[in-house]
Amino acid sequence: MRRLLPHPLLTPILAGIWLLLSNSVNPGQIVLGLLLGWAIPLLSIHFWPDKVYIYKPLTLLRYMGVLLIDMVLANFTVARLILGNPGRLKPAFIVLPLTLTSDLAISILAISITLTPGTVSAQLSPDRKHLLIHALNETDADALIVTIKRRYEIPLKEVFEKC
Amino acid sequence: MLDYLLSFLILTGAIFTFVGSLGLVRLKDFYTRLHGPTKATTLGVGCLLIASAIYFSNREAGMSLHEVLITLFLFITAPVSAHMLAKAGLHLGLPSLAKTPEEKIPEKDNETTKTLTDKKTAVDQ
Repeated sequence: MRRLLPHPLLTPILAGIWLLLSNSVNPGQIVLGLLLGWAIPLLSIHFWPDKVYIYKPLTLLRYMGVLLIDMVLANFTVARLILGNPGRLKPAFIVLPLTLTSDLAISILAISITLTPGTVSAQLSPDRKHLLIHALNETDADALIVTIKRRYEIPLKEVFEKC
Repeated sequence: MLDYLLSFLILTGAIFTFVGSLGLVRLKDFYTRLHGPTKATTLGVGCLLIASAIYFSNREAGMSLHEVLITLFLFITAPVSAHMLAKAGLHLGLPSLAKTPEEKIPEKDNETTKTLTDKKTAVDQ
């Protein structure tokens, strides 16, 4: 089973992407999509050493909703900072201690941080324990760390890691 | 009615994309400049893509959902490229308005970093 279908989750996702790409729901396209979804994980198995589980799909959905809202807000925040007085900004590097261990969860956290208000993830320490963040205008680093942990890291931990 | 909605979406998209690019000129150092393209443009491009999806779904038979795919790829690739740029910037030691974090990020082991960050916060206080 593991040899034939190394990533059961990846297959429907790739099939869905194929259907979007072909922009149709012909039975033929669905079969082709499933075929690609089966073949691509098989060929790229060396890039995905760990098995991916989603323990709580509902939390993942809520997380995506929160992320979407935060992204829209982030756009307004950054637009205001750019149009305001850029000379008064106080950029800062902040180290975020990570409790996540799975590669996928860390990647998603880094992407979320980059897409949300005034922060860009800059570097992951080689031991995967700290994430370096660059904040555009930061007055209270501790509050930012607490917010990121509560809004993004804890839900991701619930979704991708067994507690 | 639809025309007004589409024009509104396209104009909003254009404004946000413009502000994102304006950030490249107005912000002062390399790292802050990364913020404009990664964020202000996501809403800009998002609005343009929604407008495109509505327009083509209306004009032709069936839905036009290519745009969903573009959004997906954009949201995956923009943060990754920003991350790599920031990392390269740190590696080259580009001048930064913020304190550079050489002592903050652990290069070798955890032990030394912990003491260093502790020292750093002590100094900050």
